[in-house]
Amino acid sequence: MSNEMPDHIVRSYDEQLNRVRDMVARMGGLAERQVHDSVTAMTRRDARLAAEVVSRDAALDQLEREIEAFCVRILALRQPMAADLRFIIASMKVAHNLERIGDYARNGAKRSIVVMQQPQLGSMNGFSRMANLVQENLKAAIDALVNGDAEAAQRVWAADEPVDDVYNGIFREMLTFMMEDPRNITAATHLLFIAKNLERIGDHATNIAETVHYAVRGDSLPDDRPKSDTSAYAVIRAPE
Amino acid sequence: MSTSSETSTAESQSGSFGGMQVRSDAALNTVSRLSVRNLDFYYGTNKALKAINLELPDRQVTGMIGPSGCGKSTLLRVLNRMYSLYPGQRAEGEVMMDGRNMISPEVDLNELRSKIGMVFQKPTPFPMTIYDNIAFGIKLHEKLSKSEMDDRVEWALTRAAIWGEAKDRLQTSAMGLSGGQQQRLCIARTIAVRPEVILFDEPTSALDPISTLKIEELIDELKRDFTICIVTHNMQQAARCADQVAFFYLGELVEVAPAGQMFTAPRQQKTQEYITGRFG
Repeated sequence: MSNEMPDHIVRSYDEQLNRVRDMVARMGGLAERQVHDSVTAMTRRDARLAAEVVSRDAALDQLEREIEAFCVRILALRQPMAADLRFIIASMKVAHNLERIGDYARNGAKRSIVVMQQPQLGSMNGFSRMANLVQENLKAAIDALVNGDAEAAQRVWAADEPVDDVYNGIFREMLTFMMEDPRNITAATHLLFIAKNLERIGDHATNIAETVHYAVRGDSLPDDRPKSDTSAYAVIRAPE
Repeated sequence: MSTSSETSTAESQSGSFGGMQVRSDAALNTVSRLSVRNLDFYYGTNKALKAINLELPDRQVTGMIGPSGCGKSTLLRVLNRMYSLYPGQRAEGEVMMDGRNMISPEVDLNELRSKIGMVFQKPTPFPMTIYDNIAFGIKLHEKLSKSEMDDRVEWALTRAAIWGEAKDRLQTSAMGLSGGQQQRLCIARTIAVRPEVILFDEPTSALDPISTLKIEELIDELKRDFTICIVTHNMQQAARCADQVAFFYLGELVEVAPAGQMFTAPRQQKTQEYITGRFG
């Protein structure tokens, strides 16, 4: 939806589209907060906050269902075309991505409750940094949808590399902890999953950005997004 | 029309929007049956069509959309020289078919209309029997024996999907048919003279939704043999029926594109505003 587009002749149609926009923005805000609180709970070893994150996930699921139902209703009753059609389809896809993001945040919160019962492993700086990066991307992607800003979406889409870099660092760090002392394995494994969850959240943010770009421009971004997650090729060497 | 590139773009979209095409099968035929070239049209001093260039792909449906007064019906009327009935109306430019300019006076009007048939908004059956409605037009162009004529009438009524309803009442008045049946009768009358191009001017705007769908199904069926051009105010109808869609505004052809692209990602801002209902 480009901003210079005039209003619809039927005003209630605009109101309905704006309502979708509001719901997606609200869901995006909630998802951001879930990601933020999930990582904060872990870094501060705050089990109460982690439990809150877990229980708040239902609200995201509920919002996704509402957005989907409302979009289906608009599709059936208004037969949206062109930019409107793309916006509705994009909203449904974005809601789905946000729901997945919420699941990852909840999963991270659950795991952090286990991690808290173990001795602290190194600093949590990598996690905080990763969480900041993905939250920024997530926020920018949602803002791009709400503002119909394809350039902003494209910037988010191209900005996932630093997330991958931090993830690679955490991956190697955790392997080292496990090799040093097998008693670290429980915490390190959970932390690896948490890092992987954050990395997945970053991927969903780029998915959202791609979807927004399509919604605004009507064409897709290229297949080959810059990526640098190399952990799939990492090799474990026995300690000397 | 960048038909093939449009299709391949759709396929290369890795995002799941690749399947978003309204008619992904609409690989447009690139062979043109009729070419409109640099066409201007005047109602007296009022220029109603401005430098129109449009190709009607062979055996495909071209949908023409646009707000009232945009020139789409005017273009249809030019294509079968309906305007020649009215003094003060004139066309400049070319409507090329088989290497001939169909709107030049050298082309016989009856020949033109046997090649380019037209179906109107309101069903216009003649006040005669169903059989004679079909036979009437054929007699203008061809001399057929009784049995040949019987065969042709049956063929036309069958192709227009009304044979089943009409075969037991061929000698009754066509005025007794329902609106939808009358419209299919008019389509039968049009195809009876075996034209190459059929023009539909809002063929379903006077019909109920079921009759409308029957006409749309018929159009889909007819495009195997005929090149079709349909003017419609119903955007969904253009989306359902047309392989390519042309958008007109204030006498100009703003954009022409495969239907799938037109209704998901039109290129022109004006088109976007019109088809999303933001006009005016």
